[in-house]
Amino acid sequence: MELKDKLMSSYLAFEEQVDLENDIHEVRNKAIKFFETTGFPTRKMEAWKYTSLNSILKEDYSIFPKKEDTIDYKEVKKYFIHDIDTYTIVFVDGIFSSHLSSTTHDKIDACLMSSALDKEKYKPIIDKYFNKIVPEESMTSLNTAFAKEGAYIRIPKNVAAEKPIQILNFFTSNEAALMVQPRNLIIAEDGAQVQIIERHQSLTEHPILTNSVTEVYVGKNADVDYYKIQNDKVTSSLIDNTFIKQERDSNCSLHTFSLGGKITRNNLKFYQHGENCNSTLKGVTILEGKQHVDHNTLVHHTQPNCESHQDYKGIFSEKSVGVFNGNVLVDKVAQKTNAFQSNNNILIDDTATCNSKPQLEIFADDVKCSHGCTIGQLDEEALYYLRTRGIPKREARALMMFAFANNVLSSVKIPEIKQRITKQIALKLGVELGFNL
Amino acid sequence: MLKIKNLHASVEGEEILKGINLEINPGEVHAIMGPNGSGKSTLASVIAGNEDFEVTDGDILFEKSNISELSPDERAHKGIFLSFQYPVEIPGVSVTNFIKTSINQVRKSRGQKDMPANEMLKKIREKSALLEMDRRFLSRSLNEGFSGGEKKRNEIFQMAMLEPKLAILDETDSGLDIDALRIVSDGVNRLKTKDNATLVITHYQRLLDYVVPDVVHVLMDGKIVKTGGKELAKELEERGYDWLKEERAEMSS
Repeated sequence: MELKDKLMSSYLAFEEQVDLENDIHEVRNKAIKFFETTGFPTRKMEAWKYTSLNSILKEDYSIFPKKEDTIDYKEVKKYFIHDIDTYTIVFVDGIFSSHLSSTTHDKIDACLMSSALDKEKYKPIIDKYFNKIVPEESMTSLNTAFAKEGAYIRIPKNVAAEKPIQILNFFTSNEAALMVQPRNLIIAEDGAQVQIIERHQSLTEHPILTNSVTEVYVGKNADVDYYKIQNDKVTSSLIDNTFIKQERDSNCSLHTFSLGGKITRNNLKFYQHGENCNSTLKGVTILEGKQHVDHNTLVHHTQPNCESHQDYKGIFSEKSVGVFNGNVLVDKVAQKTNAFQSNNNILIDDTATCNSKPQLEIFADDVKCSHGCTIGQLDEEALYYLRTRGIPKREARALMMFAFANNVLSSVKIPEIKQRITKQIALKLGVELGFNL
Repeated sequence: MLKIKNLHASVEGEEILKGINLEINPGEVHAIMGPNGSGKSTLASVIAGNEDFEVTDGDILFEKSNISELSPDERAHKGIFLSFQYPVEIPGVSVTNFIKTSINQVRKSRGQKDMPANEMLKKIREKSALLEMDRRFLSRSLNEGFSGGEKKRNEIFQMAMLEPKLAILDETDSGLDIDALRIVSDGVNRLKTKDNATLVITHYQRLLDYVVPDVVHVLMDGKIVKTGGKELAKELEERGYDWLKEERAEMSS
């Protein structure tokens, strides 16, 4: 059976598990109808021109995970940022794992989407925020139709979350291929501050397909600092849809570290809804083998005096493929916008591919916008220079790649993440350097 | 220490070095002078192991072992240092991190452990003071946005840190103002010992007023056409290179 047909019939079974009286169910019904009409995205669509999902859609995915598969913390500790104190919301095969998690309702809510959707006391918030900034697209609609579980995070007005919050999704599915669709909702109310770390990690050799949707609301003068660590197995694919709405005077920065996975697609959209917003989108992508990462970004400037900074770096070897499709949209009223975008790529082997497509649409006349993209090789002259100082070829190459990625790492505010990523990059490059950048 | 025998080298099929013979002993300072395009920088690159150049004939012996087949990093491990005419800018790597990596890689090649952090710091302080380098300079990206003088000082700083047996200074004086020239040449002179050697490659005699050579060679059209003492440099400054060309023409006819 085609995956689409399987999903359509699974929806009927899904309806038996959820409360049909809940208002949310109307939203789900509408979404499944949309997905039924459009189906999965194809390369004929401009936004999917360089990424084909065919190779991952042919698997016979199990849509409903069995029950929680218990895993020992020791087995998965390395995937946590464990050297600092954090709240953790952990899912195993899409099901909440209470023994691996440390959720909270003390001052802030860092808990489960399922309870937020079901419990009466959260209803006003769900009515206000759920599925309000998610564009009606094929993959997002599919997620909305099956929206049931994920992380629910709410930081009340003027509260700073005392520790970062980690959202971890583990996959253990031992019998078959598995498709999961996490649905996250993150609300930082006016003046609130929060740091979030998100990771998807397969522990099995079976194919995994994750289609996640995350909505992030950043209130007036609030600050959200978000890190996505994508370093999964080559049997796992991820379609990450993240939508961020910012109110005036707010800051939101999001770093994406794409270091592994079969196909990873990041749909990342920032909507600025007030003056003096600052949006930062940064990414480091380092791939080898046949891995494929596609960054599709948008910053929509709708108000005056706002800023956005996009900086994506990619290093591609062997037959890996990188795609960057960065959009900046500046409305006519959004005067004095400063929007910067850069995408720099290094192709290590002739067999690697990179498609970089910056798109700026500017309707205001008093703005500073810049964009630049480069695709090149490592500078041979610089390599020679390093080698004359006794640094062997492999280490010299690694040093240059580190240096290349350094700009992106320098804005990481959690030192443990910076160290972790630096180490992972070193590991990927197979070298040990005598320092941390 | 360095013995070059009948060295021929070409780049993209064009022969640049056409049979160089050169011997440098510990404690000596040699200068190679010559007009533009005579092959001076090529000689420096070939000794340092630049793979853009193909050695077609001859040998380069360093401390009695043939290094012709060694990579640039392996030659650096043996104690050869090249100060670049145009040091390369490497954004994202600070001067400090670069020199730490460099020193520790050289130590690793000799089976030594990393230099302890405090020892490294002390050495960096000491050597950067020698070159009158600002502390802030050390945390900047390697050569990025450096002035000509800063780049050359940074080269000699690296030399001071690495303490090579043979230092090759390729046009180190080009583009330096008088203060920078003094700082750089003072640095070079103070690093001189009876056990190391220096090969100064220059178009002008000016640097040789500060770094006084024991032997001066004139390189023309890929060959050393004349060798003499430090007075040869002065003669070249006064008379230019044309008289040597004529002298050669006479000799060959």
